[in-house]
This record gives sequence, structure tokens and C-alpha cells, in this order.
Amino acid sequence: MKAVLSILVAAILFIGSSSLFVVNQWETAVVLRLGEIVKADVKPGLHLKTPFINNVQKFDARLQTLDSAPERYLTSEKKNLEVDSFVKWRINDVELFYTTMNGDNRLAGMRLGQIVKDGLRAEFGNRTVKEVISGERVEIAQKIKDTTASAASKFGIEIEDVRIKRIDLAKDISESVYRRMEAERNRVAKDLRSKGAESAEKIRADADRQRVVILADAYSEAEILRGKGDATASEIYANAYNADAEFYSFYHSINAYQKSFKDKNDVMLVDPKSDFFKYFNNSVQ
Amino acid sequence: MAWNEPGKPGQDPWGNSGNNGNNGGDNEPPRQQPKRPKKNDNDLDVMLKKAQSMLGGAGNKMGNGGSGIGGIGGSIIFGVILVVWLLSGIYIVDPAERGVVTRFGAFVEETKAGPHWHIPYPIENARIVNVDQIRTAEIGYRSDANNRSGSVPNESLMLTKDENIVDLKIAIQYRIESANEYLFQTADPDMTLRAAAESALREVVGQNTMDFVLTEGRNEVVLTVQNLAQANLNAYKTGIIITSVNLQDAQPPEQVQSAFADVVKAREDRERIINEAETYSNDVLPKARGRAARELEEASAYHDRVIAQATGEASRFTSIVTEYKKAPEVTRNRIYIDAITNVLGNTSKVFMGSENSNNLMYLPLDKLMSGQNSTPYRTSENAMTPQPVPMAPAAPTVNNNNTSQRTGIRDYLSNREIR
Repeated sequence: MKAVLSILVAAILFIGSSSLFVVNQWETAVVLRLGEIVKADVKPGLHLKTPFINNVQKFDARLQTLDSAPERYLTSEKKNLEVDSFVKWRINDVELFYTTMNGDNRLAGMRLGQIVKDGLRAEFGNRTVKEVISGERVEIAQKIKDTTASAASKFGIEIEDVRIKRIDLAKDISESVYRRMEAERNRVAKDLRSKGAESAEKIRADADRQRVVILADAYSEAEILRGKGDATASEIYANAYNADAEFYSFYHSINAYQKSFKDKNDVMLVDPKSDFFKYFNNSVQ
Repeated sequence: MAWNEPGKPGQDPWGNSGNNGNNGGDNEPPRQQPKRPKKNDNDLDVMLKKAQSMLGGAGNKMGNGGSGIGGIGGSIIFGVILVVWLLSGIYIVDPAERGVVTRFGAFVEETKAGPHWHIPYPIENARIVNVDQIRTAEIGYRSDANNRSGSVPNESLMLTKDENIVDLKIAIQYRIESANEYLFQTADPDMTLRAAAESALREVVGQNTMDFVLTEGRNEVVLTVQNLAQANLNAYKTGIIITSVNLQDAQPPEQVQSAFADVVKAREDRERIINEAETYSNDVLPKARGRAARELEEASAYHDRVIAQATGEASRFTSIVTEYKKAPEVTRNRIYIDAITNVLGNTSKVFMGSENSNNLMYLPLDKLMSGQNSTPYRTSENAMTPQPVPMAPAAPTVNNNNTSQRTGIRDYLSNREIR
């Protein structure tokens, strides 16, 4: 009797447990009856099902990230770009997702990846590197989002966002970019140094010019001043000496003699017959 | 992605939901307890096992037509189990945390700091999320525990608008704003944050030139990245708020850094060269102005001097002329003789006093010119045979005074006679 009771209890518990199922907050689920969907989009919480006959498939309802490996794309000027993009998607229609993708996230990711790649290839092929990098990154992403969204809606997937993460030049092109950057920097450096030398030379030359001008101006002014002095002096002399010109020449000469001969190094050969020695000779004889 | 979130084994949907709380009563749990992350799992397991054996024992006794003692014991045990089970629903939320309560997996409420109780497992479950903790995402580099950082070129190198490559490293600090969204809305929100930030950074850098990004635009770039990334995160409902984006490093790539450094050096060189020129200018110009001022002053001095001299000399002459006119002959003679006296007194002289002086004379002018050490002399008697005699070094020097000179000569001659 005890054994029967135990079996009974166990059976009740087993049936009870298999007639209940939990859907977590981040999940969504479909209920199948022998392979046929009877209820889709099951909300989170505790639910009932018929044991054995009903089957439940649960899916992650959160926003998923599809971040595939970087791919190479050719731009319109045939440059290779390495592009890394990611797609944000979530399951929108569980029923559709289950039927088309068999509820397999990986499969969905692969399909989405292909669609995005095709879109990127088309968009990059129509644009130059410059357009891709600066201006139209967001536009491209938006376009691809639109095309991908319409394709993905057939799988019950909603595309939240497509973003281009990385756009890099291929390795060999990167090298040449580095060389170009180097050359450009060298140009700038040269330019700076030369401009410095230019300014310096200008400053020096200006200084030299100013110096010359200052000195010349000063010289000119000084000469004018000296001239004025000389003129005034001449006038004064002339006014005074005109009083007796003959005496002036005598007086001036006498002064000049005294100024000229006043050193022991001046040797004079003196003739005693000169006027000066008139009395000198007389006294000797 | 797996639909059954890893790390939450207790959430196995096929199983044991409601086996305890709903049925309650005397029924033993049919199978082993599921493993749960709760702390008191083991205690509970042990208790249940004990209960099972005890109840089994009671059943035996009852089967034997037994007393009520076993039943009483069973209900005590059951009561203990019930209390323990209920107590297992207590959880404490720190001020920095939020508790997220789910009932059968479905979100019920978010609880704030303090002690809380939820209906115990497996009906309700509480997850505790730290919302104040600042988390960091490093883009372009990874730092280890010792704060050494290594570069991740794949992330840090990016293209600018002018097709240059820059090396940027940023650190994003963020925290969880909504624990509910963080847990349930996005798969791997932290990775989503990285991707959003990286894409925003590259978008912003791609719209600006290298010079702007590396120099004056740094703050703007960072700010725009934060806004863009935050907008994306909000759209994804990650429940994350970015508190700050820090530019760790903004540099040209390693391969061209020397060239960039050279530009900086060149800029310094330019300043240096210009400064040197300014130095030269500052040296030369004041000196020139000084010289100019001196020139002018000298000229002014000359001007004043010649006028003063002229005035003085003119007035002297005027005075003399006045006197001269009173007695011309005498004054003239006096002036003449005074002047000649002055001249002859100051100079060396050779007196050529002979009538028959047609002989050739030898005058050692160089000796005479050499000054003090020698002096020429001649008497009128010796004129026939002029013999210049260099004076001995001990000889007296030439005197201005005529008489003393003559005395010197006489002394000398007497010396000769003695010899």
C-alpha cells in the first residue's frame, strides 16, 4: 500500500510539474502541440500546458548583438577598406522566427550577416573613401538598416540598429598613409623652421636698418648743429676783426707762431742777424 | 544564443515549480532538490532529507496503528521546515544596490536599499545589482591589475576625415541606471556599451581632421562621443548611463610619431630663432640710439664751444685793438718780442752766429730730436770745426734758461781741458 501511495504521489508530482512552465522576463516562448504552434509570444511568468502533448520552445527576447568578423570592401576608387559593423536585433515575431529560423539564433545571425554584408558591399562600391569615412557613415548604416529590416522582418526579426564600428584601410595602404603623413609633417616642420628663419632675418634686417637710419639722422643733425656753431663763430670773429684787419693778421700770426713752436722737439736754427737779436749782437760786440 | 541563461540553473523550466509551496502538506518532495544559488541551500536540503526520513518513520508507526506522537513530531518538523523556507526569502539590499524581484521569471518589482522579503524559491527570485558602482570600459587599451596598460591597435587606430590615422584611447565610466533594463532588455549590455562607444568614437573622429582631433578638439570629441553613445544605449534600453568619457591618449600612430615630434621641435625652433633675432634687435637698437644721442650731444658741445671760443677770442682782440690804437708802435713791438721770447724759450735752438758760415755743418738732428739726453751746442769760436759732442749720460739736461745752459757748456769744456 505504501509503495502504491509513493508511486501515486510521484506520478501526480510528475504530471503536475510537466504541466507547468516558467518563462523568464528576458524570454519569450511558443507552445507547440505535437509540432504545431498553438500559442506564440508567451509572456513571462508561470504557465500551464498539457503534459506530453504540448511542447514549449523558449527564446531569448533581449536585444541581441551580431558582431561578425571585419570584412573587406572595395570603394568606388577601388581602395580596400576593412569594415567592422554590428547589428542589434531582437526577436519580434516568435512564431515566424520559429518557423523560418527553426528558433536558431546562430542561423539567424548568419543570415543577417549575409544581408548586411551584401548591403555594405553595394553601398561602399558607390562611394569614395572620404565619403565613407566622414560624411556618410551614418547614412550608410541607416540605409543598410532599412534594407536589412525589411529582409529580417520575414524571419520575425526586428532590426534595432546597424552601426559601422570600424573603417580601416588595408594594411599595405596604411603603410603608405603613414609615409604620406610623415612627408606632410616634414613639410610642416620645414615650413615652420623656414618661416622662423624668415621672421628672424626680417627682424635683424629691420634692426640693422633702424640702426643705420638712427646714426645717419644723428650725424646729419650733428653736422647741422656744428655748421650753425661754425657760422655763428665766424660771424663773431669777422665782426671783431674787421675793426683792424692789418693788426689782426699780425696778432693772429704771432699767436699762431707761439702755438706752433712750443716743444723741445722743435729745433730752431736761429740767425743772430734777425730783427729779434738786433740788440743781442750789439751787446756781444 | 542559448535561450536558457547560463548561470541560472535554478530556472530550469521543466521541473519543480510549485512542488513545495503549493502542495505543502505532508507530501515529501519527490525528487532531489534542484541546486540553487541561495546560501542556505544545503541547510534546506539537509532539513528536507531529515524530514523525509522522519515522516517515513511516522508513516510506519501509523501503519502499525501507532500513537499521535509521530504526527506531532512530523508537524513540528514540517513547521521548522516551513519557517526556514520562509526565512530564505529574506534579502538585504545595500544603499548602492537595487534588488530585482521576479515571480516565476516575470519581473515584479525593483527594491531599494534595506531588508526585504520575497516569496521564497522557487516562486520568487531576487537578483541584486550594484547601481552605484562605477564600471570602466577601456577602448584602445587594456590595463592590468598593476595599472600597466597595453595598447590594442585594432581598436585604437582610426581614420580621420583627411584620411590620416590617429591613435586614440578612451576610458568610459558608466553605471547601471535601471537594473531592470540592464538585466532583461539587452543581451550582454557591457559589450553593447563597448560597441556603441567604439562606433561613436570612430564616427566622431571620422568627421574631424587629424589636427582638430589631436589638439583643440579633444574635449569636443569626447563630449560628442559621450552623447552619441548614450543616445544609442538609450535606444537599446541597456539601462546604462555613461558618467564620463575620458580621453586617455590622443596621438599620431607610432610609425609617424618622430615626424610629429619634429614638428613640435620645429615650432620651438621657430620661436627660438625669432627670439634670438629679437635679442639682436634689442641689443643693437638701444646702442644705436645711444650713439646717436652722443653724436648730437657732441655736436651740441662743439656748437657751444666754437661760439664761446669765438666770443672770447673776439672780445680779447677787440680789447687789444682798443689799446693798440692808443699806441700802435710800442704795442706792436711788445707783442712781437713777447711772442718770440715765448717761442724761443720753449724750443730747442741752434744759434748760427758766424759771418763765415758757408762751411758745411753737421747737425745730428736725430740726436737733437731724441730729446732730453743730448743737446747741441756750438760757440762762435768753434764754428770752424764744428764737432758735435754727444753728452755723456751723466751730463746735465738742457735747461730752458739760457744762462744755466751756458754754465753747463762751460763746465763741460773745462772737463775736457782737464782730460
